[in-house]
Amino acid sequence: MPKLLTTEQMAEFANSGCLFFDELIDEQTNKEFLDDIGHTEIKNVDSVQKYYQNIKATSSIPRIPAGIPLKDAYPANSPLEKIFNNEVVDGAIRSLVGSSAVIDHQFLHITFPTKYFKEANQRQMSQQNHQDSTIDPRSTFDIQLFYFPTEVTKEMGGTRYHPGTHLRIVNEFGIAKYQNIKGQKSVVCKPGTIGIFHNGLWHGAGVNTSSDNIRYMFKVRLQPTEKQELLWDPEKKYKPLPNRALYWTDESKDKTINDILMKSYPWQEADTNRLDKINVVKFWRLLTGNKNLDIDYWLTRVENELY
Amino acid sequence: MAKRQKVLVLYLNMPSLEGEVISWATFDGTGKKLHMTGDSDEPPYPTGLDALLDGWKLFQASQAIPEHPGQEFRTSYLKHEFFFEKIEEGDF
Repeated sequence: MPKLLTTEQMAEFANSGCLFFDELIDEQTNKEFLDDIGHTEIKNVDSVQKYYQNIKATSSIPRIPAGIPLKDAYPANSPLEKIFNNEVVDGAIRSLVGSSAVIDHQFLHITFPTKYFKEANQRQMSQQNHQDSTIDPRSTFDIQLFYFPTEVTKEMGGTRYHPGTHLRIVNEFGIAKYQNIKGQKSVVCKPGTIGIFHNGLWHGAGVNTSSDNIRYMFKVRLQPTEKQELLWDPEKKYKPLPNRALYWTDESKDKTINDILMKSYPWQEADTNRLDKINVVKFWRLLTGNKNLDIDYWLTRVENELY
Repeated sequence: MAKRQKVLVLYLNMPSLEGEVISWATFDGTGKKLHMTGDSDEPPYPTGLDALLDGWKLFQASQAIPEHPGQEFRTSYLKHEFFFEKIEEGDF
């Protein structure tokens, strides 16, 4: 049975644009995946191109034409089929993009350690920040599922990402000049960790400064074929919370869904931060199907047009 | 002696140099240090004014462009961009 996301997890995704499930995939499946792609030690790697050629020639990762349903994509009993059949992965996908999602594309990202670049006499650089895959002003959103089959240490340069950037409409590498952004995070994880990103989340690959660890990240982009409305709530019972006092408030330690949704980030400007909140409320309206919902009066205030 | 330019780009949380640094990038034309994406988690200065006080010379700042009618709530790139430089002399 798929384990659907909770309302708290959906609110976290709506606000931050990402969710992580640590050590979700079991050790045996991680090993099967690594064996299947022919994972080896860096000393056995001649070139990036040859390494990819070998994986493409021998692994069970299929060629998937864009637009193929996820349920038909991976061979029976292959490591990737097992990963997508995991009840948490299955439930998260259904909660975000529905039960009939199609595959946009997949890719196995490999980041080689410093030793490789030294021997190849190449400059080793991190990947610049970007948003996949082109300017995208839709209300519908895709998700990108990231699978990390090995441990990723800080030195291995795990995927860098910027929580809360997913609703900013930019054009792919148009954000590459932002070398560092306050509050930036990098994936550091145990084997079998799964990350799910909103397609708009700003991110980039880190630089692998470990002595000899190859870093892998298998990515699949999924597109919905149905409205993404209350897909996570099997009882369709979500109701918005009543208005609360603003600024002149009583001390309260009770955290609500609205606190998750209205979380700020250190990279947000003093002015645009308020628009970021408005856009999260608009996103939450779409996800809940409640077109009049508001949080902290952000939209009620500017929608009170009497002329 | 040759001259080389070092460029510091600061993104502030408001369109005043007193604003806090929320994003930053450094490009070193002297070749002494190779900066790259994700290489530091802490900004080089707390505010734009602190960069001036340390000798950086401002040479470009972003304009205030009114939002397009109908697009007032659309968010995009970081808004408050300031380019600074330092010129270094040496044998490069």
